[in-house]
Amino acid sequence: MKELLKKLTEAYGPSGNEEVIRDIIRDEIKDYVDEIRVDTLGNLIAVKKGNGVKVMLAAHMDQIGFMVTHIDDNGFLRFTRIGGISVGNSINRRVVFKNGVTGVVSYDGDVDRLSDIKLDKMYIDIGASNREEAEKEVAIGDVAVYYSPFTENNGKYVSMAMDDRVGCALLIETARRLKSSPHEIYFVFTVQEELGVRGAKTSAYALNPDIGIAVDVTGTGDTPKARPMAVKLGGGPAIKVKDALVLAHPRVKELMVKRAKELGIPYQMEILDAGGTDAGAIHLTREGIPSGVLSIPCRYVHSDSEMVDAGDIENGVKLMLKILEGEIDIF
Amino acid sequence: MAELLKQLTEIGGVSGDEGRVRRLIEKEISPFVDDVYTDRIGNLIAYKKGKNSSKKIMLCAHMDEVGLIISAIQEDGTLKFRTVGGIDPRILVSKRVLIGENVCPGVLGIKAIHLQEAEERQNAVRVKQMYIDIGALSREEAGQAVRLGDYAVFDSKYVEFGDNKVKAKALDDRAGCAILIELMKQEYDNDIYACFSVQEEVGLRGAEVLGYSINPDIAIIVEGTTCSDVPDVEQHLYSTEMGKGPAITIMDATSYASKELVDAFVKTAQKEGIPFQFKKGATGGNDAGRIHLAREGIKTATVSVPCRYIHSPSSVMDLNDYNNTIRLLSTFLKGCGL
Repeated sequence: MKELLKKLTEAYGPSGNEEVIRDIIRDEIKDYVDEIRVDTLGNLIAVKKGNGVKVMLAAHMDQIGFMVTHIDDNGFLRFTRIGGISVGNSINRRVVFKNGVTGVVSYDGDVDRLSDIKLDKMYIDIGASNREEAEKEVAIGDVAVYYSPFTENNGKYVSMAMDDRVGCALLIETARRLKSSPHEIYFVFTVQEELGVRGAKTSAYALNPDIGIAVDVTGTGDTPKARPMAVKLGGGPAIKVKDALVLAHPRVKELMVKRAKELGIPYQMEILDAGGTDAGAIHLTREGIPSGVLSIPCRYVHSDSEMVDAGDIENGVKLMLKILEGEIDIF
Repeated sequence: MAELLKQLTEIGGVSGDEGRVRRLIEKEISPFVDDVYTDRIGNLIAYKKGKNSSKKIMLCAHMDEVGLIISAIQEDGTLKFRTVGGIDPRILVSKRVLIGENVCPGVLGIKAIHLQEAEERQNAVRVKQMYIDIGALSREEAGQAVRLGDYAVFDSKYVEFGDNKVKAKALDDRAGCAILIELMKQEYDNDIYACFSVQEEVGLRGAEVLGYSINPDIAIIVEGTTCSDVPDVEQHLYSTEMGKGPAITIMDATSYASKELVDAFVKTAQKEGIPFQFKKGATGGNDAGRIHLAREGIKTATVSVPCRYIHSPSSVMDLNDYNNTIRLLSTFLKGCGL
């Protein structure tokens, strides 16, 4: 699991540019499913056939990033953000492009106070000495992502793309360990979640499942003077009650709680103030699809150092397996 | 061609009131297509059968423009209003408008400078403080010319000036509408659905149902888009530049364009020697935002004519950019082996 997570978090895949990470996930899951395909927008759909309930599981492949919009005469790159890139998390951080070119994100010298920095006052320095040199390595429209190594300490993993490669890893591991399930299971690795849950919208329409469960990271309230939130690292997988895009369907939520209790694993209920996941799109598809979310608690979301707990992931896999192996009676 | 642009930009069509624009487009496009119809939300769809139909290609331009809607007729005969779509209130003062089906002229009044306090002069007037003066002196008199809910558009003529430049209102997106009409005058292999959407400016609403009903293989949005190559804007913040050719969108706030289509446009432009530019920044959105997410997902891209000062009475466009956009799109559609 650790090796898989390391491999997935270190793969390149900003929103709209999921080709590399998609190929890796396909390789990792293909031996454990009956069918695999890629749709128009680029979602990867792996199907494990069955005659029971049609279950859509969704984890997004994409990560946030920096898109180059302008290259100046001195070789500095201006950018726009893809997803939730913030000024504070980006100052003097390192980034990497698809072709391996690395750069440093910094800001205009005429800024007096850090609080005055806006993204359009920032640039990426790839060490080029002029426009021509920069254009040999990077073009307008190219996208960079945070660049930081995967590390482990005290049972916690830190990396730049836990959101949502931890969800991808959880689904792959679930497919691998799943012995028998009566259900038809769609493992969907979605695109462009960070730009507005876009891949989930079209894939849910195509699959028209009976139930949807998104797997994604959520925030925590367990760091010094954190905003109050009753989710902590190591407290077990979180079962979503609500976020900005969805109120988890009560029957789906209850099923998840019931299975967690049967397993005797720790779990926590999650209420997220801001932000949303693929379930936001899935539950409003067609005539409505009962949906819930299994969340992995994560500190420092949308930074280059997102931290998760190994035990939460392991218990998340167990919970997902338990849900899929049993009866899904939510109707 | 200039005549078509003139007619399209001088006619009124605020979001929700696209009837006049729709009728004009229907008249202009009918001779060149196989079928024209209006859907239940008001979108106009012109279908042109291909010589060798294998793909369904959707072109989309929106008919509506930003404007005002009359919200009250006051005792003294003046009118209160709300804005429809994104309008900077600072551009409204002292502008002339045309109201309703009767095209009743009016002017956005403001206290003369002599009557203003020093403090008033330093603050921009807010929409709440503004009113439209239609020359009526009582509610009864005003009520004979204007009804509640009537729409008002800027009174602005199409003018050609400078080196092949034009000034007009509503180039966003009547430029796109005109381009679609011009494109339908030629023959293509694939089936083309030229779609003219409603209510883009209030939330891409017409496009939502168009994407679902047409369900094409490929969708191309044609827009008049922001152009900010003007004084006091740093070069890296120019969204597009006037005179540098059609702008191809890589990403905006509502969609990430199909890379396959963007590459095809770039290759087409390079092969034909047509100038082009990428639209910088990622703000704003257009009908692509809804269409690319319709049903199981649709390959979608946007090509735009750069227009300075959009959403004002006087937007400015380079006719060379306009003509090059037509060239790029028609060449693409003819060689479309996607």
